[in-house]
Amino acid sequence: MSPDLLKLIFGRLGIESLPLHEPIVVGTFVVVALGGITLLGGLTYFRLWGYLWREWFTTVDHKRIGIMYMILGIVMLLRGFADALMMRGQQMLAFGGSEGYLNAHHYDQVFTAHGVIMIFFVAMPLVTGLMNYVVPLQIGARDVSFPFLNNFSFWMTVGGAVLVMASLFIGEFARTGWLAYPPLSNIGYSPDVGVDYYIWALQVAGVGTTLSGINLICTIVKLRCPGMTMMRMPVFTWTSLCTNVLIVASFPVLTVVLALLSLDRYVGTNFFTNDFGGSPMMYVNLIWIWGHPEVYILVLPAFGIFSEVTSTFSGKRLFGYTSMVYATVVITILSYLVWLHHFFTMGSGASVNSFFGITTMIISIPTGAKMFNWLFTMYRGRIRFELPMMWTIAFMLTFVVGGMTGVLLAVPPADFVLHNSLFLIAHFHNVIIGGVVFGAFAGIGYWFPKAFGFKLDPFWGKLSFWFWVTGFYLAFMPLYVLGLMGVTRRLRVFDDPSLQIWFIIAAIGAGLVFLGIICMLVQFAVSFLRREQLKDVTGDPWDARTLEWATSSPPPAYNFAFTPVVHDNDAWWDMKKRGYQRPLTGFKPIHMPSNTGTGIILAGFATAMGFGLIWYIWWLAAASFIAMLVVGIGHTFNYHRDFDIPADDVIRTEDARTKLLAGAK
Amino acid sequence: MSRLKILALLPLAAALSGCNYIVLAPAGDIAAQQRDLVIISTVLMLLIVVPVMGLTVLFAWRYRQSNKSARYEPDWDHSTKLELVIWSAPLLIIVCLGALTWMGTHLLDPYRTLGRINAERAVDQAKAPLEVDVVALDWKWLFIYPDYGVATVNDLAAPVDRPINFRITASSVMNSFYIPALAGQIYAMPGMETKLHAVVNHAGTYKGFSANYSGAGFSGMHFAFHGLDDKGFDAWIASAKSAGGSLGRAEYLQLEKPSQNEPVRRYGTVDADLYRLILNMCVETGKMCQSEMMAIDAKGGLGHDGLNNTLPLAYDKYARRGTALGGEPTFVAGTCTPDAPQGQTTADIKAPSDATPLLGAGLKRPSFTPLKSSSFFLGQRPKSDS
Repeated sequence: MSPDLLKLIFGRLGIESLPLHEPIVVGTFVVVALGGITLLGGLTYFRLWGYLWREWFTTVDHKRIGIMYMILGIVMLLRGFADALMMRGQQMLAFGGSEGYLNAHHYDQVFTAHGVIMIFFVAMPLVTGLMNYVVPLQIGARDVSFPFLNNFSFWMTVGGAVLVMASLFIGEFARTGWLAYPPLSNIGYSPDVGVDYYIWALQVAGVGTTLSGINLICTIVKLRCPGMTMMRMPVFTWTSLCTNVLIVASFPVLTVVLALLSLDRYVGTNFFTNDFGGSPMMYVNLIWIWGHPEVYILVLPAFGIFSEVTSTFSGKRLFGYTSMVYATVVITILSYLVWLHHFFTMGSGASVNSFFGITTMIISIPTGAKMFNWLFTMYRGRIRFELPMMWTIAFMLTFVVGGMTGVLLAVPPADFVLHNSLFLIAHFHNVIIGGVVFGAFAGIGYWFPKAFGFKLDPFWGKLSFWFWVTGFYLAFMPLYVLGLMGVTRRLRVFDDPSLQIWFIIAAIGAGLVFLGIICMLVQFAVSFLRREQLKDVTGDPWDARTLEWATSSPPPAYNFAFTPVVHDNDAWWDMKKRGYQRPLTGFKPIHMPSNTGTGIILAGFATAMGFGLIWYIWWLAAASFIAMLVVGIGHTFNYHRDFDIPADDVIRTEDARTKLLAGAK
Repeated sequence: MSRLKILALLPLAAALSGCNYIVLAPAGDIAAQQRDLVIISTVLMLLIVVPVMGLTVLFAWRYRQSNKSARYEPDWDHSTKLELVIWSAPLLIIVCLGALTWMGTHLLDPYRTLGRINAERAVDQAKAPLEVDVVALDWKWLFIYPDYGVATVNDLAAPVDRPINFRITASSVMNSFYIPALAGQIYAMPGMETKLHAVVNHAGTYKGFSANYSGAGFSGMHFAFHGLDDKGFDAWIASAKSAGGSLGRAEYLQLEKPSQNEPVRRYGTVDADLYRLILNMCVETGKMCQSEMMAIDAKGGLGHDGLNNTLPLAYDKYARRGTALGGEPTFVAGTCTPDAPQGQTTADIKAPSDATPLLGAGLKRPSFTPLKSSSFFLGQRPKSDS
């Protein structure tokens, strides 16, 4: 075939795009391919494809979508963490003239991919998954406002993750750092496909995130059950509302800034170039106008989880509910006024720097108030140290340190000496692991029995907890120290041999965290095997306080046979106290949305379009785009959008529960 | 258990082995003041962080389920007094820290000229500060000493107790100029200038590097910074002078090409105009300097004719390249006249001598055709290879 024809069909994709010369990547590919073949073969052998398609891939049930988000987050955690181990290994070895085992081309991709994956495809899915699962249950709703949109949002997130994973084996990922600052990320200095993978992975996933944000805002605003006023919403629902407001207000900024960067890269505009009036500084500003709220998008739901967990396991009402809510709202608003603290060193005047430094510090006031509220929730409580509570205590002790170093970095002159250093790396891992990850794990442990009907095995859970916590401290405290020695981030090789010991300690810490992750996976397996002993028949295994515990574990497809009526902000606690009797008769058919495959098909085409644009396979991009339009418009003619669960089915489900409950007594 | 104990001892052993906490023990007055701020703010915050951590452990222990003697008040969820305390305690700390931040940020603004050499001595206004022009290249540092007419690569020196005025720019991507022992960092950005004022108080050799990832050769992008006494500094300058070699526009274009782990280089003479040309991104002859472009724009711009004032880009640091769907890469051609030929030092162009042909609000369309004047260059520059 002529080169022109090949170029027309494959764009710039060729046999040389495959990283066959990188033994590490080839090895990974072999392992992944074997694992993938085993998985696919197993699914085929056990004839699970039909089940998966009908019950999971096409589902519009917020609970199943929530679970799928969590699975996505955990799978991507393995990839992101593999990158972390590679970095720790490289930095531990590359001393005294040694080049380590990663060349710059590979190492620079590894740290970029680590950041992108951990934020967009681990933290975001974990947080979104928990919100998706829990919020409708907490507000006594049957589903989210737009169930189909929810399915579509999930698959768009998966599409982004697929593109990132594809970059490992087809071509390469960006070598720019996780925010892809131009001019480095512009066509002049990054002509390869890496940055294009970055752009389209985030654009595809970003659509999902934005739509899911709109969906949850609508759900919280419109679908609360009778009696649940705004000030009676559980705190997790409040933080979810604020998070989704942040998502809807900030993700479009990311979409636009990436769109401008792609115009620079594809059609030669000059938004962020050095010449022709372009300004890379504008990109830095815009990306952080999204980037800083993103931090709070992740941590606010975690704060909500800690509030629920502390109150439940202390057996006590949450202290200072009102101030908790106002603190959340204040953080939401302030998170838009601090973005410049990420680049004090870009040369703004002293007054501008001080303004943003001080607004950043002000955020620590409501955050501090929250911390005290959790403390005084524990005060005069009866604390049960189940796993979620252990994560919460670990969070409280860890997060204050991260918060303190954060405020320190908000003092511009201090930032001048610590910016971009390993001190900064230690700081944000301290708040993201100590806050978001511990929060997600607390949430997983707390709501797992609700989702699956059995508790998680505490032994493996505690093992995982201790590995994670000690591993975290060993991995990141040395980085604080290194930062004070003036060691900057993203270095591949080091000259000064006296630094090596700290990197060895950090690598040991990362190894412990790895054991923590393994223990967590074992915990899931062991809990599944021991599911009969760990069974939760009451639907309320923790003697909890909010509405999701009023229904069975796992909840029926319709969540609540009758929409609950709420009189207090700890609704379920209040119902239990008043001797609430479950209704046993009078069930009616329940109106529910139908499953649809449109979401996964649309997302599949979107991913194909992204792939086409990355490799300049224009026909593929155009064809996928047209296909998306056709499928999207076609879906508007789908009139089988809803159905009624017959009253008989409801009666059967509810009777089964009545029997279970009677057996439990 | 014993293995855990050994692990716990590791950091201690490392700390005792004499690590160099350069951020906490710097050699320059600015960095020392920044260090003081780091310490003061940390102590201020510890005032609240330590009690919170203590209370967390205390409450978690005291109100554990098995402790039946502790009070249990399941419905106690509000106390106005306590709420006042928990909001005002962080507020007070932040008020103090905020005041400190405002003052510290203004006093330690890198653009601010120094007022003191160290805590005891004010700057002697009679003595001129040392001027150093810094250029971040892929992936090495170029230092130009305009007052001495010398330049070095990856080697920087300054006399002890003499204020240094850095002017900082970059050739291609963003970097950050950082010598932890001397002062905080500031970004080095192409086409833009940042400033840093600092002074070194203790003689010694310190490490400087880029603190902002800039591509493949980033790890090797470091240099030595020597704090020298006056005599030592004169000797250092003399050694640079005697190194011979000159750094002009052609040599610079050669130097700025990407290279990694560059050794120290010295240039005995340097084109006095070079830094200005680098900053204005017009080291290549025939390219319009940004200062000129801005001056024209300030007068109203070239209007539609400006669009024609571009030439195909023939020189690029890596390769000549454009975008997949866009036009050919171009650059804005200089509008200088043949009497200021390329390769020679040009006067600092502030604005065209004759402003009449320029287009602006209310002005009539110009007869000015920039392409004509730049065709001078078109005639003799090599055709682009595409």
